[in-house]
This record gives sequence, C-alpha cells and structure tokens, in this order.
Amino acid sequence: MPTELWNDAAGGFHPASAPDFLPEPLLEEVQLRRLKAVVSRAYDNVPLFRERLEARGLTPASIERLEDIAKLPFTVKADLRDTYPFGLFASPMGDVVRLHASSGTTGKPIVVAYTREDVEVWSEVMARTFAACGLHRADVLQNAFGYGLFTGGLGAHYGAETLGATVIPISGGNTDRQIMVMRDFGVTALCATPSYFLHVIERAGELGVDMKALPLRVGVFGAEPWSDAMRVRIQADAGIKAFDIYGLSEIIGPGVASECSAQDGLHVFEDHFYPEIIDPETGEPLPDGSEGELVLTTLSKKAMPMIRYRTRDITSILPERCSCGRTLRRIRRIGRRSDDMFIIRGVNVYPSQVEAALLAVEGTLPHYQIILTREQGLDQITVEVEVTSEVFSDKIRALEDVRERLAHAIEHILGIRVGLRLVEPRSIERSQGKAKRVIDRRNT
Amino acid sequence: MKLQQLSLFLENRPGRLGAPLEVIAAAGINLMTLSLADTAQFGILRLIVREWEKARHLLEDAGWVVNLTEVVAVDVLDRPGGLANALKVLESAGLNIEYMYAFSLRRGDKAILIFRFEDPDRAIEVLKAAGLHVVGPEELFQHVA
Repeated sequence: MPTELWNDAAGGFHPASAPDFLPEPLLEEVQLRRLKAVVSRAYDNVPLFRERLEARGLTPASIERLEDIAKLPFTVKADLRDTYPFGLFASPMGDVVRLHASSGTTGKPIVVAYTREDVEVWSEVMARTFAACGLHRADVLQNAFGYGLFTGGLGAHYGAETLGATVIPISGGNTDRQIMVMRDFGVTALCATPSYFLHVIERAGELGVDMKALPLRVGVFGAEPWSDAMRVRIQADAGIKAFDIYGLSEIIGPGVASECSAQDGLHVFEDHFYPEIIDPETGEPLPDGSEGELVLTTLSKKAMPMIRYRTRDITSILPERCSCGRTLRRIRRIGRRSDDMFIIRGVNVYPSQVEAALLAVEGTLPHYQIILTREQGLDQITVEVEVTSEVFSDKIRALEDVRERLAHAIEHILGIRVGLRLVEPRSIERSQGKAKRVIDRRNT
Repeated sequence: MKLQQLSLFLENRPGRLGAPLEVIAAAGINLMTLSLADTAQFGILRLIVREWEKARHLLEDAGWVVNLTEVVAVDVLDRPGGLANALKVLESAGLNIEYMYAFSLRRGDKAILIFRFEDPDRAIEVLKAAGLHVVGPEELFQHVA
C-alpha cells in the first residue's frame, strides 16, 4: 500500500487512497479473480459451505462472471453460532494469528479469525478509511473504541499505525481522563461510538472544557447507527468534521466502508468486500439505488471467508459517482438494522423512527430510551425522554405541551399509541460503547 | 422589583424532592419559600432564595435542569379578603395569572403573594396604580433576616 513519503505535505490527496480510484474495469477484474479464489478456498476448507454448494449442484467453477455470485447460498449469523466456535475457519490454527469475538446478547458469542495476511488487509482498509476521513501521519488519534474481543479498538489501532499517525490506545470509558488526554496531548482526531462521543461533549461542558478551542478536528464514528441530525450536533458542539464508518466483525471489523470528504454515503472497499443489496423477504438481488439488506462477500479473507453474508443492515447502493472521484461504490448511511427492529402489536418499529420524531420536535436529539412491557397480554411501548434546558419551563402547561407534541410526533410516525414519560436529566444510563436504546421487558 | 425564581424538573416518585433541597441546604442557603406543582408523572419545584445565583450553579453542577423566571411579590394583610382584593385588581386590568402561591410571614400581620405573569412589568404598574404594595427582593429578604 502506498504511504506518505517525507516530501508529501500533510493535507490533500493521501497516497494510501490510491486503490480507491481504480478504473472500474480493473476493479472488476480484481474482484472476479478474488471471488473465484475465495469461493474455492471456502469450498475446499469449510464443510458447511461445501455441503451447501453441492446441494445446489454448484462447484467453484460455477463462478465465471461477477454476477454469478447471486447463485451462491447466503451465510447468516446463525451459521456462526451453530458452528461455534471455529466451524467456519478455512485455515488451520497454526496460520491464525488473531481471534476476536462479538458480545453475544443471547447465548454464545460468535468467533472470528485472522491470518497474518488478513490482519494486513484489515490494517490497509482501516488506513484507507482514515485517509478518506482526511487523516495524515502528523495526526494524533485518540482511539476510544474498546480494545479487546471487540474488533473496533485493535482494527482502528492497526489502521492508524499503518497510516503513520500517532495512536493513543485509550479505549472506551473513563470520560474525564478522555477529556484530559484530548486536551493535554494535542489530539487532532478521535474514534468512538457516536453516542459515547455525545457523552464526552456533555461531560466536557460540565468540566468547563471548550471542545471547539481544542486542536481536535476530525471524529471517526462507527459501531452503531446514528442520524444526520446527530452529526450536525456533534460537528457544531465539538467544532469537528464527523465521519461515519462501517464494518462488522463477521466480515473483518471496522474498515468495510467509510465516508470521504463529501460526507455523502460510505465507499465500500469493494476490492476486498463485495457488496450486494437484496430484498430481505425474498433474498432476490436488487439493482443499485434500491433499498434492501446489505450482503457482503469477503474477497480476500483467508482464515474465515464469508460468502454472501447477510448483515441485517438496511441501506442502498448509491448509483451516482461520488464527487470525490473514488470509483468505489457507496452505500447510504445505515439508519437501521433489521436486528434493531422490534415488533409491537404487529407493527415493525425501528429506534431510528423514534429518533426522527424526537428530533423533529426538539431540534436536537435528547437522550431517550424505549421500554417495551406487556400489560394484561397487550404490548405497551413507552418512550422515556430526558428533559433538556431547551424544553424545560416553569409552567406545567408548557411541559405537558412538550410531552404531548413528542408523543404525537412518535405516534404519527409509528401509527400506534405510545406512552411518553419525561424524565430527569442524566437519569438514563450513558453508554460507554453501543447505546442501548430498547429495553424489552415483555418476557420477564 | 421583580424576584428571581428557580424552577427544577422532578420526576414524581419518592425521594426526588429531597435531593435538590439537600444540595441547597448543604451550601447553607435558606429557602424563602417554595411551591410544588405536579402531575401524575412529573413535578416542577419552584424556589425563592436570596442567593439564587449560587443555588442555581450548585443545582446545575449537580445535574439538574434549572429554569430562571421573574416573578412578582405583593404583600397583603393576613386576614380574610386580602388575596381576593389583589385578584380583583388584576382581573379588572385583564391580566392573566400563569400561577401563584402564597405564604405568611412569621412576624407581623402580612402575607406574601407570589405571582407569575406573562408580562411582569405591566403587572407591577397595575398593582402599584391600585395602591398595592409590590415587594422587591431587598425588602422581602429583610422580612426574614
């Protein structure tokens, strides 16, 4: 991967971004060659994949063109759980240099593996991510993604070191120390989950630290869906440019896709991860521009190839070329996961819908939580919203009015009755990682 | 002539009223008066204290959202009809009262009425023109000194 030399002035085009600008025919040639190889590798080494291909009368030779990928069976999260811990590995443990695992919310976690080459590819795509967000070797990156089994911390760490930036491996949590380090170490860029960074901003305000006066200029945010309105707030309150990045452990971790200076969709590093959009109901591939579920195939992974992995993330591939000039296709920012979706009284609800309603009424996003309960056999949804100084009034009537407007806005979007409870500031638990927006107490 | 009133949002559940009052008490700030408005879900605690700026900072630092409102205090004789008389004046001037509360002074024969108006300046003019006594912060806090 090209890196910055001594005579590359910081700023402007980063040499690490060169592969993002491959002419399409070359990119497709690379994709097809890699796809054939990864399908062969999975067929030869992963029994589950071989069985599924044989059941369809397919062999690796069935892949002649890129479009043939649609013949291949999907891989789903349950496959990782069913073969726990190592059943989908295509490399012997002697070639595996790293294991990560997801925090399983139900039952066993899922385990993912990397060979040395996989780690190098991961470092490369994360370096390209940071380059796309405008980072250079002179930047000081505070990495507040959690280090450990979660892929965020180490993924960002290796990528930033590959880029040549200075990494502060502070990990998540201990907010006062984060703020001290940010100020004292001249931090120019930061990685975190967006909800945790909002907490950092809030705490900095309480400590009397003016984030806008600090050298911090770039925030790289991922690991959970966040809205454009949240970005506007983060950019204004912290005086930074805030970028959205995307990834998932099953594919590699962070580094699957990243925004660029245009902040208009995320470029998929599709020389390593081939994206498709499918209809989540039928599994049929959809053309670029249509909304559906994102399916990804790892084109380079050795230890654990993922063929047509269903991400559960809902997005679309943007059909137009990006103004930045990259040939890599973009996916629209992911606002919702089919995983986050809950069903209440037969209605599909995404937390992002509730978020949009709160934003429309308040102008900024307050801290909120969705609580699902069951009373006499009937599902109830209650949204708890923290009172902010913007909406608080000394008059009961004015507060009742805010409460009603919030409830109506949510009911209007969801089409079902919701309970809305105003709660005291800071009474909703702040996340150190992914924000927990939905508490389901229906089966307890 | 106007008084600064602090308002706090409280959830309507046991123990919530005590917490902010402890913060103020710990700083040695005495309450002149308070009123609590509540619904089934939440309440608004309204406080009048002499050192309102200090109390406000202490409460905000402790995490409360504090609202600052100007209210008007009027003293009337602490006997039947004292309040009714003042209300008659406001009513005939067409002034709408957002809310009000009252308390008696420990000494003397006066009661203090605290009013929240949309336009406190105009209300003060009307009250004064009718011969009612509007009590400013210095005078009010002297009463309890």
